[in-house]
Amino acid sequence: MAWRGMAVAVVLGVLAKTSLLLLVASACHASSAAPTDDFIEVVPASSQPDVTSTPVGHPLIAQLTTAPEVPAKIFRNHPAHVIVNLTVNEVEKEIAPGVRYTFWTFGGDVPGKFIRVRQGDVVEIHLKNDPSSKMPHNIDLHAVSGPGGGAESTFTAPGHESHFTFRATKPGLYVYHCATAPVPMHVANGMYGMIFVEPPGGLPAVNHEYYIMQGELYTVGKYHAPGLQAFDMDKGIDERPTYVLFDGAEGSLVGDKALTAKTGDTIRIFFGNGGPNLDSNFHVIGTIFDRVYTEGGSIAQEHVQTTLVPSGGAAIVELTVEAPGTYAIVDHALFRAFNKGAVGQLKVTGPSRSDLFSAKQADVAYAGGPVEAPRLRTDGDPVLQMGESTFGRICAACHQPNGLGLPGQFPPLARSDYLAKQPKEVIIGHLLHGLQGPVTVLGMTYNGTMPPLAFLSDNEIAAVLTYVRASFGNSLSRITPDEVSRVRGQTASAP
Amino acid sequence: MRSLAIVALSAGIAAAGPARVGPGIYHPAYPASPSEREVAVAAFWLDREPVTNADYLAFVRAAPEWSRGRARSLFVDKDYLGHWRSSDDLGTALPKAPVVRVSWFSARAYCAWRGGRLPREAEWELAAAADARHRDASADPAFQAQILKWYARPTPAILPAVGGAANAWGVRDLHGLVWEWVEDFTASLVTSDSRDPTRSQVCGAEAAASKDPSAYATFMRTAFRGSLDGRDTATSLGFRCAYDRSPR
Repeated sequence: MAWRGMAVAVVLGVLAKTSLLLLVASACHASSAAPTDDFIEVVPASSQPDVTSTPVGHPLIAQLTTAPEVPAKIFRNHPAHVIVNLTVNEVEKEIAPGVRYTFWTFGGDVPGKFIRVRQGDVVEIHLKNDPSSKMPHNIDLHAVSGPGGGAESTFTAPGHESHFTFRATKPGLYVYHCATAPVPMHVANGMYGMIFVEPPGGLPAVNHEYYIMQGELYTVGKYHAPGLQAFDMDKGIDERPTYVLFDGAEGSLVGDKALTAKTGDTIRIFFGNGGPNLDSNFHVIGTIFDRVYTEGGSIAQEHVQTTLVPSGGAAIVELTVEAPGTYAIVDHALFRAFNKGAVGQLKVTGPSRSDLFSAKQADVAYAGGPVEAPRLRTDGDPVLQMGESTFGRICAACHQPNGLGLPGQFPPLARSDYLAKQPKEVIIGHLLHGLQGPVTVLGMTYNGTMPPLAFLSDNEIAAVLTYVRASFGNSLSRITPDEVSRVRGQTASAP
Repeated sequence: MRSLAIVALSAGIAAAGPARVGPGIYHPAYPASPSEREVAVAAFWLDREPVTNADYLAFVRAAPEWSRGRARSLFVDKDYLGHWRSSDDLGTALPKAPVVRVSWFSARAYCAWRGGRLPREAEWELAAAADARHRDASADPAFQAQILKWYARPTPAILPAVGGAANAWGVRDLHGLVWEWVEDFTASLVTSDSRDPTRSQVCGAEAAASKDPSAYATFMRTAFRGSLDGRDTATSLGFRCAYDRSPR
């Protein structure tokens, strides 16, 4: 049934594309009227700029980037002949600490390389399929007006290369993806990326441009089950993802890899949704988007909290950050953020703005320099070593590697009065069954969701609790596997 | 038949000889017409294992016009036998590993030399639908999942040797080692009416015409075959031969 649905969707997609061509033509360059950028060309609103004029100069090789980087803005005032070299690689990568997956990729990473061209460019796509690939692959670019979006022209066996040429006639942010049968599996395995067709003169200048794509993974093992995970076809058909991720891995935009900016900076995010199934509810906690070019098109909505990005769709999001701190980037379908990995971070440094935020602002205290709690030396103690490893694999994503949590989002474990007060059985129960609803830790109330971790063994739960209770400034007693086993048994036999 | 037996032995064919497969009914993933949803497959004989590097080396020694560097570019691409050190030296390739980097033309020539032919798609799929105990395991999700798992992994730099578990027909390594050429590798995607848009080899159009939308493993084999031309070679593409009557 899913396949028939897919076929219908494809047909609808083709119809939608056709009617969009008619609709968009008149509204193309609303944004270029904004006089904020010195480089903007004056383009009469009614004209279709140079989409049929001959490209000028020698062919250019497109500079491609890996997420979250974006290629430099295009300042050319004429269309060019642009060559895009993409190589498909099938590669094993880490999606969460200790969890691996075999991705199929455009360029070795998920999402695929970001392509930036100018409206009117003649674009020559060269698709190489690495000799080690198991599968044939191709590419369907939503920026193409033509059958299959290039898919039929680029159907490429392992160890071969195909190419085709198209004219980038319509400006906008477009998804590209593999369209080889079985298409949903190719997309679920990471075969998506984006191409930005820049209008003449480009969008207004900003301080930072970033590239983020969301996608789902369907694995045989549960969330965070360690080891190499295989694709689960049944979960894919049922649209029950195990992971919902930004840029192909949990933590790909967290900690050292967080997006960065300074207070007062303007930021543009080229956000895409590879899917293959879910829509994204893109939101950056603690910000209001100044502008969203919804669906990657040419008209911007202003002052948006959350923007809906369909599977196989995109949005250009612009925001200004005024206060220092860490801002969480989420899919606001929140179980995906808290239980399936769809969390990133935007770290903003610089002076705080007391005229915009009161001293109660939690971010201020955080940016003011948290007290580092000492980590435990685990040398020579196999239980503590197992605990440290489990903590890094499972807990650190939310509670942070330093155990300090994130103010307002994830409670700290360091010097935790909650840990000290609650009976062991209650704490063990939190790991086995998860925790929902408000808890107060060190005077701050947290109202989030911790997922159940019952897939961990009794030994692992005992080890990680022992590690946390002896680490991060805590000095609480050990917890044994027997104690964990008892709690597990009680709840299993409870009515 | 005597000379054929000698050739077969000198090429290192397993002593047991090819396995008898069928008769049976093959259900094409993309029937060309409603009347072709079931294809009767007569009994035939199939090599128990894919053709190995050692087998193929014996062939190019006997038929040097098919050796690397001498085979005509009309029939093989530039990477033909590219995993061997030279035209007469396997290098790091294992003698008992399946030969890969062979074209459809060269595979056909090998099978003709052996007194056989390439299996037709219906024959190959009939043989490959069997698991260790059942001649038709195609509806078993565990069997399908096992095949998909292999499809999802890249090809290793050095292929292992043949010799996996035999299926219910006594045939080994149909899954899990290499893709294999079939005689009519374009059959699934060719139609008498090329104007029919539902016969596209891309995306949902193909799915719309298929008999079982959850048969992902079959989609992948069909997609792979559809991506090929007769002179193409690939690091994961080998073959085995079929025979109309017992070669013994």
